[in-house]
Amino acid sequence: MSARPFDRRWIFLMMAIAVAVPILVIGLTGRTFPETPTPAARAAFDAIEKLPAGTPILLTFDFDPASAGELQPMATSFVRHCAAKRLKMVFISLWPLGGAMADSAIRRVIESDFPNLVYGTDYVSMGFQAGNEAVMKLLLTDFARAFPSDSRGTPTGQLPVLKGISRAADFPMVIAVSAGYPGAKEWIQYVISSNLGTMEIVTGSTGVQAPQLYPYFPRQMTGILGAIKGAAEYEALVNAKLDGDSVPPAKYLEAQRRMGPQLFAHLLMVGLIIAGNVIYFRQRGAARRGATAAGGTA
Amino acid sequence: MSAMQVTDPSLVPQPSGRTWAIIVGVIVVLLAVRGLVGNGFGKVYVTERDVVMQQVSVPPSADAPADADPRLQWAQVGAGSTPAEGAPVVRWTRVDTVPPKVFYAAELADPAQTEVRLSWTRTVGLWVAAFFTLAIFSFLYADNPAYKFAEAVVVGVSAGYWMVVGFWDTIVPKLGGALAPGLVKLWVQPSIEPVGASDQVAMWLALVLGAMLLTRLGSKGAWLSGWTLAFIIGVTAGLKLVSHIESDLLAQTAATVRSVYAEPPGTDGLAGAERFFAILWPSLANALIVIGVLCCLTYFFFSVDHKGVVGRVARTGIWYLMITFGAAFGFTVMGRIALLAARVEYLFNDWLWLIDPSGNRVVEAVAASAGLLGTLG
Repeated sequence: MSARPFDRRWIFLMMAIAVAVPILVIGLTGRTFPETPTPAARAAFDAIEKLPAGTPILLTFDFDPASAGELQPMATSFVRHCAAKRLKMVFISLWPLGGAMADSAIRRVIESDFPNLVYGTDYVSMGFQAGNEAVMKLLLTDFARAFPSDSRGTPTGQLPVLKGISRAADFPMVIAVSAGYPGAKEWIQYVISSNLGTMEIVTGSTGVQAPQLYPYFPRQMTGILGAIKGAAEYEALVNAKLDGDSVPPAKYLEAQRRMGPQLFAHLLMVGLIIAGNVIYFRQRGAARRGATAAGGTA
Repeated sequence: MSAMQVTDPSLVPQPSGRTWAIIVGVIVVLLAVRGLVGNGFGKVYVTERDVVMQQVSVPPSADAPADADPRLQWAQVGAGSTPAEGAPVVRWTRVDTVPPKVFYAAELADPAQTEVRLSWTRTVGLWVAAFFTLAIFSFLYADNPAYKFAEAVVVGVSAGYWMVVGFWDTIVPKLGGALAPGLVKLWVQPSIEPVGASDQVAMWLALVLGAMLLTRLGSKGAWLSGWTLAFIIGVTAGLKLVSHIESDLLAQTAATVRSVYAEPPGTDGLAGAERFFAILWPSLANALIVIGVLCCLTYFFFSVDHKGVVGRVARTGIWYLMITFGAAFGFTVMGRIALLAARVEYLFNDWLWLIDPSGNRVVEAVAASAGLLGTLG
């Protein structure tokens, strides 16, 4: 049986509409869908929440603008949560553009909403360091050798925020926002697994990477934000804690805004999969009936 | 053509030059209309401020040797302050992007103000980014010169960027900083510190190995690069072996060996159906993990024919694998749609000003009203 070729550009058009219309509607109304946190996102929130003020934490931003659509919202929420908790934040990156992503989060969150936090005393951006796993191994023994100075050129030994920090294990927690290699998986393999019990890791990862990370939860990884859905759940938790019933600034609703297009795009995909299967089985049935009829005639 | 056959793109009617001209024309007309509504779109406003840095002398830290010299470092001179007499000073202008509402507010307060201004360079950057976004998306309709151009630019810029990063972040500070620290400190990175003798030896070794790797480019002596490759493979294997055994083999095995009867904390105080279900779900989850691992391992065990009981267990393993692949595919779709949504948001918000979730142009209404009132008055 022959079938007319289906122009797949109709699917592209439908997907464009499914994504664009919710963005327009949400952008004009400012309304977002409610989020119910899953255990993995809740665990990430609780792990940070239980840290006392002044605890040093290592935030590693291993991503670049190519994955910022997914990871920037969770990076923003992580920084906001940590800043509100008055944790000592040490930003590093093993991706060349990760340092710029960290600086962007610092400007967006700390400099605009937490101006009382002092650079060098409450937080510091150490920038990018080349070497992938070798940097992680070096961090296990000598932090200052892995990062001799911050991104502004101040020697590590002169930064008050790093007082008492000589190696990675001096950080009770690592927050890894990662888009691939090197990223959260390598942090677990090279740093956390050899310090289980003394160090924890909370990760935010892209959708592509998340399935590789879930096996580590909860034993080797305390919490995980998987893709934009995890980001939206965590964002809702942080907003509920910090803003209560008032509406948070729009920059803290980025992930929840992006769940609107997600919903309609997924509905479209489910509909297309069902339609494709219905067409397939109908055509197969018709082909069988045709073959039976042809056999009977013969 | 078979119904099962995937539609060949070449069978889809390709648009003619006239069709492309119509599409571009429609886009231009829509943009022109958008430009006439409200305050237009696609503009970037900036403010400028002077930054003054002066060199200051910092006394050695308490744990430094007694004869240590004071350190010289750069410190920003605060607004309203003047640099110290005779201190080396560096000045530059910092340009910050501000939301359009800041410009509108400044214009309302003083139409002759110059503090907040339109940045032509950043505006061009915004339009170039929008053009490249549309050019890449245009491939979904059909291949075209704009897509080819955007693709070539992405590839070229990526390659150039990685080369620059490799040079300035690895070769200069790591290799140059170890072998010629004085030169690097003087010309490139003032904060760099001299390294020890062992690190210098290691960097000489790295230089030699790196040079040996380049012999692959020549016709003679290419075999020398094999030594470097052997070194890279050996180090990588050594690094990965221990961590994989520790984190993936042992820790993951330990995470799999779990009781199929799970009594989570907090169930002691429960009774009846509540207690039953509180224990049932975690127990079921544990059982599914244990069964799944065993079934998947059986599927990959090829020394025994997959027949009978082994065949059924392996088939269950296939179901587990398919569900895993499905979940991974679902996550991938979610990730891709999030990236698409981010680009569409960029077009609608930053470029076309159709939406304003951050309230960046909220004063626009005030400015427009003021302009209208001024006209009426």
